[in-house]
Amino acid sequence: MLKVKSLHTYYGGIHALKSVSFNLPEGEIVTLIGANGAGKSTALMSISGIVPPRYGEITFLGRPIHQMSPDRIFALGVVQVPEGRRIFPLLTVTENLEMGAYLRNDRKGIAQDIDYIFSLFPRLAERRHQTGGTLSGGEQQMLAISRGLMSRPKLLLLDEPSLGLAPVLVQLIFATIEKINRENKTTIFLVEQNANMALRIAHRGYVMESGVITLQDTAANLLNSEKVKQAYLGI
Amino acid sequence: MDYFLELFFGGLTRGSIYALIALGYTMVYGIIELINFAHGEIYMIGAFTALIAASALSLLGLNGPALLILAGLIAVIYSAAYGYTIEKIAYKPLRKAQRLSPLISAIGMSIFLQNYVLLAQTSDFLSFPTLVDEFAFMEPVSHIMRSSELLIVATTLVCTVLLTLFIKFSRTGKAMRATAQDKTMAMLLGININRVISVTFIIGSGLAAIGGVLISNHIGQINFYIGFIAGIKAFTAAVLGGIGSIPGAVLGGLILGWTESFATGYVSSDYEDVFAFGLLVFILIFRPAGILGRSSTDKV
Repeated sequence: MLKVKSLHTYYGGIHALKSVSFNLPEGEIVTLIGANGAGKSTALMSISGIVPPRYGEITFLGRPIHQMSPDRIFALGVVQVPEGRRIFPLLTVTENLEMGAYLRNDRKGIAQDIDYIFSLFPRLAERRHQTGGTLSGGEQQMLAISRGLMSRPKLLLLDEPSLGLAPVLVQLIFATIEKINRENKTTIFLVEQNANMALRIAHRGYVMESGVITLQDTAANLLNSEKVKQAYLGI
Repeated sequence: MDYFLELFFGGLTRGSIYALIALGYTMVYGIIELINFAHGEIYMIGAFTALIAASALSLLGLNGPALLILAGLIAVIYSAAYGYTIEKIAYKPLRKAQRLSPLISAIGMSIFLQNYVLLAQTSDFLSFPTLVDEFAFMEPVSHIMRSSELLIVATTLVCTVLLTLFIKFSRTGKAMRATAQDKTMAMLLGININRVISVTFIIGSGLAAIGGVLISNHIGQINFYIGFIAGIKAFTAAVLGGIGSIPGAVLGGLILGWTESFATGYVSSDYEDVFAFGLLVFILIFRPAGILGRSSTDKV
């Protein structure tokens, strides 16, 4: 569905991605794991067009997107939920969700999707009139993922959805990601430092170190790989 | 008592004009954190455009409110086009530069536009015709408030209400708020932030032009320099109320208008600016973010 070929991206003078290639097959969950600063977030920002690559190629459903503006890439159905959730602090929960549907015109469908999300996360329904800045970290993460879903994406890019959350919430977030993939057939690209959890729900995985992909395999094989165990699973 | 009321309504009128201009400062600052020093010139260009349009249209036999509305509309459209173009030429190329660069570009734009009008038009004061006669129903109170003042206050009220509704409920309004809070996230949600920024400049410029037309109709004369003084005062109003805040801009404008009006009326017209800027200093000492501004620390 999305193919990245020999991508080179510079971020603030740093050569952050050095010939990175990967492939996201339709309907799968693919995870990208690696240490802090390995370039995982830069890869997502390159796909979304916020930090366009200097060399290389990104194609989505056969169309090259590496020179498109972020809003056009979004309109094709490539939606990112960035690191740190980035909820609009002064917009209400409902308004945050509406912003996720900014490019949609069907008022009825938007209202239905908001109701669906409120049924998925009753906590958000309780707080629908509160501003985003007043939510807890877990609630903000639920809202961030929900906001990403509001445009009915074809490909969802998730950057560190478990960061800074209590273990119970991490479970809930990962269960939700699996559910989105299963029920909506949404392709998911999951960037995580929590390699163990990510590999458990993913079909495939890539390992990134200092801007280079060093390992790629099925998630099951990576979970059993000695190298991954030592470096990322802490076993 | 009549004298007090006269000063009160005089201050309200003055404050309304400051508010109309301050809205443009505060909206632009809210979105791209730039003090658009050329904003006052848009107000001046609005007044000149209205004068030219009104002269031309009156030759065609138009007069009264229809003339004011049509000339005003032309001024708003023309000034909005200026605002849009200024952003594209002077600010957009500098969006990734450090913060001082667009500020200097703004000051340059302001000086350029003043001198452009000075050369293209005149350095003299031009008399601006009274486009609307005194309303009959205002006769009993005409010694306190003139019809042109009522027009200013009423128009400002309508504009402020419409703007607030637009920003609160419309799709573009919500996109403006989202862009102001987190530009990258707005881009990640498919919002074309260049468009949002353009819309902000267009609305702000339109409001400044409305102010320029109405005050010219009230005072009866204009020259190329009116934008500079009004711009500085409106900027003061925006900072006073809390720059970035829309109710703050209106509140700051009114407080500044009243301060000037009462200081002129009860003390001396020589001290008008002393009181205006003294108030600014006083408020910034106790509330550095302005009356309704939020300090940057509680912005997560």
